[in-house]
Amino acid sequence: MINKVRPHITQNEDLLFERSSPGKKGYQLPSLDVPPVDAATALGAANVRSEIEDFPEVSEVEIIRHFTRLSTWNYAIDLGLYPLGSCTMKYNPRVNELVARLDGLAWAHPYQPEALAQGTMEVMARLEAALAEITGMDAVTLQPAAGAHGELTGILLIRALLEKRGNPRKKVLIPDSAHGTNPATAAIAGYTIENIRSNDRGMVDLAALERVVDKDVAALMVTNPNTLGVFEANIKSISEILHKKGALLYMDGANMNALVGIARPGDFGVDVMHLNLHKTFSTPHGGGGPGGGPVAVKKVFEPFLPLPRLKRQRNKWTFDYKRPRSIGRVRAFYGNFGVTVRALAYILAHGGNGLRNATVDAVLNANYLRKKLEPYYDLPYNAPNMHEVVFSDDRQAKLGVRTGDIAKRLIDYGFHPYTVSFPLIVHGALMIEPTETEGKRELDLFAEAMISIAKEIETDPETVRTAPHNTRTSRVDEVTAARRPIVRWKPGEAGSKAAD
Amino acid sequence: MSYPGDLRYTKEHEWVRVEGGVGTIGITDHAQKELGDIVYVDLPKVGAHIEQGKSLGSVESVKAVSDIYSPVSGEVTEVNENLAQAPEKLNQDPHGAAWLVKLRMSAPDEVKGLLSAADYQAYVGAES
Amino acid sequence: MRYLPKSDSERRAMLAACGLQSAEELFAHLPDDVRIQQPLALAPGISEYEIVDYFRARASECANGYASFLGAGVYAHYRPVMVDTVVSRGEFLTSYTPYQAEISQGTLTTIFEFQTMICQLTGMDVANASMYDGSTSVPEAALMAVRVTGRNRVLVARTVHPEYREVLRTYARYDHMPIEEFAYVADSGVIDLEELERKIDDQTAAVIIQSPNFFGIVENVKAAAEIAHRRGALLVVVFTEAISLGILQPPAAADIVAGELQSFAISPSYGGPYAGIIATKEKFIRQMPGRLVGETLDSRGNRAFCLTLATREQHIRREKATSNICTNQALIALMATVFMSVYGKQGLRELAEQNLAKAHYLSSKLQSRFTGAFFNEFVGTANGRSPDDINQALLRKKVIGGLPLARWYPELENCMLLCATEISRREHMDEVAQAFSPAQQTA
Repeated sequence: MINKVRPHITQNEDLLFERSSPGKKGYQLPSLDVPPVDAATALGAANVRSEIEDFPEVSEVEIIRHFTRLSTWNYAIDLGLYPLGSCTMKYNPRVNELVARLDGLAWAHPYQPEALAQGTMEVMARLEAALAEITGMDAVTLQPAAGAHGELTGILLIRALLEKRGNPRKKVLIPDSAHGTNPATAAIAGYTIENIRSNDRGMVDLAALERVVDKDVAALMVTNPNTLGVFEANIKSISEILHKKGALLYMDGANMNALVGIARPGDFGVDVMHLNLHKTFSTPHGGGGPGGGPVAVKKVFEPFLPLPRLKRQRNKWTFDYKRPRSIGRVRAFYGNFGVTVRALAYILAHGGNGLRNATVDAVLNANYLRKKLEPYYDLPYNAPNMHEVVFSDDRQAKLGVRTGDIAKRLIDYGFHPYTVSFPLIVHGALMIEPTETEGKRELDLFAEAMISIAKEIETDPETVRTAPHNTRTSRVDEVTAARRPIVRWKPGEAGSKAAD
Repeated sequence: MSYPGDLRYTKEHEWVRVEGGVGTIGITDHAQKELGDIVYVDLPKVGAHIEQGKSLGSVESVKAVSDIYSPVSGEVTEVNENLAQAPEKLNQDPHGAAWLVKLRMSAPDEVKGLLSAADYQAYVGAES
Repeated sequence: MRYLPKSDSERRAMLAACGLQSAEELFAHLPDDVRIQQPLALAPGISEYEIVDYFRARASECANGYASFLGAGVYAHYRPVMVDTVVSRGEFLTSYTPYQAEISQGTLTTIFEFQTMICQLTGMDVANASMYDGSTSVPEAALMAVRVTGRNRVLVARTVHPEYREVLRTYARYDHMPIEEFAYVADSGVIDLEELERKIDDQTAAVIIQSPNFFGIVENVKAAAEIAHRRGALLVVVFTEAISLGILQPPAAADIVAGELQSFAISPSYGGPYAGIIATKEKFIRQMPGRLVGETLDSRGNRAFCLTLATREQHIRREKATSNICTNQALIALMATVFMSVYGKQGLRELAEQNLAKAHYLSSKLQSRFTGAFFNEFVGTANGRSPDDINQALLRKKVIGGLPLARWYPELENCMLLCATEISRREHMDEVAQAFSPAQQTA
């Protein structure tokens, strides 16, 4: 019984290029107040292009309809729950959008005189301080553009410190439950990767770690709670084992939504970590970005941080470029300031107490779903989970239905799927993280849907295997898309069009 | 599918057919089933030197990549160009038309250490 | 807290369903010695009105009502109202990465359009769904060239944005990718092709140039390509001012184009978020970093789009991935897509022509340092007073002048980089000319 959605007519819409015709205009520029210049004369005839071939020409009405119609084909947080594990798809507060667009902030040029940038610098400094307090670390850089970028920055910082100590070392340890960005990042920083197996509780195996940490190991990259949503209870011992051998503990902060106001990584032995502003701190995903990946570090790393650093001088903010030990820049300018504004607005709205309450609700929501779904789905690791819970499709796989199919059937019930087949240490994983901004009603509807699907699998597995059935497009052919990639529109190509 | 008797197999699910000093290499039916729909094959260049047990390329499905480990050592003399246009052949005829590379074997004795069709059949039977 | 949609009675019911008496029990399993010792030292949560007040105050401490002639990688252009209208729709703003194609066709379709338009603008065959920004696209392009050629040396022009070069060095440091710079010609301001010819060798993977370059000058891309290709290296062409593509020949001789789209209705926003792109030839498609959207069919034969060639990416290939990147800048790229559709083929051209006219008007009143052909930026020489003094005088008139170049180019210490766009006004450009004029020295 599908309670959350009913079918609805949505408009078809062509591509812009298919709507285009010569002479249609969507713009008007003011008249020039200076003499026009002949392009060929100014630039050299060989440098001037004749036209932008096949670039679209459409009117304003067509543009608004085009994008509005397309938008109605998307699911979004504003429509309902995203139970995606480790993505923390929480509500994106609208006041954050307003403040990010205030002229003085939105039009600020990174090179404008510091005297005219005290406001933007104050915002950055305030967020740095707040994140340091939240993580229990000593210094924060806002330069990295996203989580993976922050990871790279963090590993480069570790490398810089170890080099200063005489030996950068050769490898980084990564649990087999880790997110794919972790090993990819370590490789860019010039380290080889060694996988560390999880124990039967899905946590880092202390004995295995003890055996493997030696003078060649630069760091262990850990996520805490891990990608099963389970807190690494031995985290302090883990950090001691590493520190004893001169290695460092890096934490992937993707799961901070379980810790804010409850525990601080800086207090339990983490040396360097990154945060995801677009997860824990509510900045909007926008279909895949932008994000923000600040890195928080212990004092010993401070000299190596990307430059410039904000400094207080004679009661004003200034950028300090005199940092000979800095790893350099990881991007031009200072960071995703627009995302910084939104994250700070989120923190201001909550305050310390509010942030803690949010964490409590996030963990409560995940545990509530666990309780409701446990009778129907296998729980591979019987450990207390925090803000997310991971099931496996073992029970359903015996009837020929896999986690990917269940996820697609969930779409028919009006939800976005959970995270499918990750972490890799669980066979056929269903990774569920509701976040704190879901109410009881939405959670009950989700649980109902999952239970209904579990029952459908017993009586009518084919419906689940061939789902979704109620969406605008049915399952898309990803195989052909990969075999013969078509990554751009070309004129005169007879492709199949959206059903008219 | 049965496993042809004239081939030799590895535990990583590759096969080799030896004719004269030339080894023709491919992946087994078990491998293509595990991978699902194959979308791309990454093969070495002619003239490349491959060592037994080392990766000579990879096979991709939509959601996974698998290295192909060479059953024998040698120099690549031919690469199956058809697979570029039609990687799906690997799903259809993994032991025949969808061979991957041919190489001039540098150590023909290596074949002795590989599995026979019967042994491989037993191995994958045991695995599943 | 207004973002938490549960009443206390609902919380109690949920705790009861979990067999718990209080929320504190949810954390009982955590070791005591990891628990926070005191509440977070953050001010209490404030109302929406107070949040707006706070940021309004910060905004008032920045430049408000100033004319500006700053460019240097971040450009002031009109933002059509339509852009924010579209990206503010919740279905775009609050949606996730389009991994589930059936419920993300909106995002996927717009990205496919974006990829197409970038190809049309740059003359390349394929383009990805955006990188973090222009500056990080450069090392990604270099790493791509290393993968394609199997070589590891990189030559980069001094006329590529200085901060972009710094980012390249940071990424290259541990990737065994030696970076070497080559100079520009002193009078024209274009790259020194002879020096490039001398420095390139059989280990060079990539030659990286920018056009228009940091000084605003148009480079001879074909000539650079010939030198690179003769030695088996790839040519990477970088752009920071996307509007230039509305009027300049696209860099079709390049193997990889890496650039910044901030000019396409992306707020300067004190340095980010922006959107970069990497575009390349068809044959290199599997070596590209970043997301790619492809066209396909659904099971009923309808056209549909999906993420494709994901096996290049970190979530599958892990340490062997083409990059560690996970995010693309989807929302920012959408702003650019809306911008491109508002202006369209004719509009982008007209916009570029206006930029050309404004900058050339300004330069006609000043002394240009270089003779090379420029688009909307140029280097002006200060006579008699220093660039800093000129800028101080201009600030008193609520005008932000150009960027003094001494910090990166000591040989250009009496020069500044000036940019004029379609929003620059004649009266302000006249002020700038006044401030440069030696007759002002006594002021």
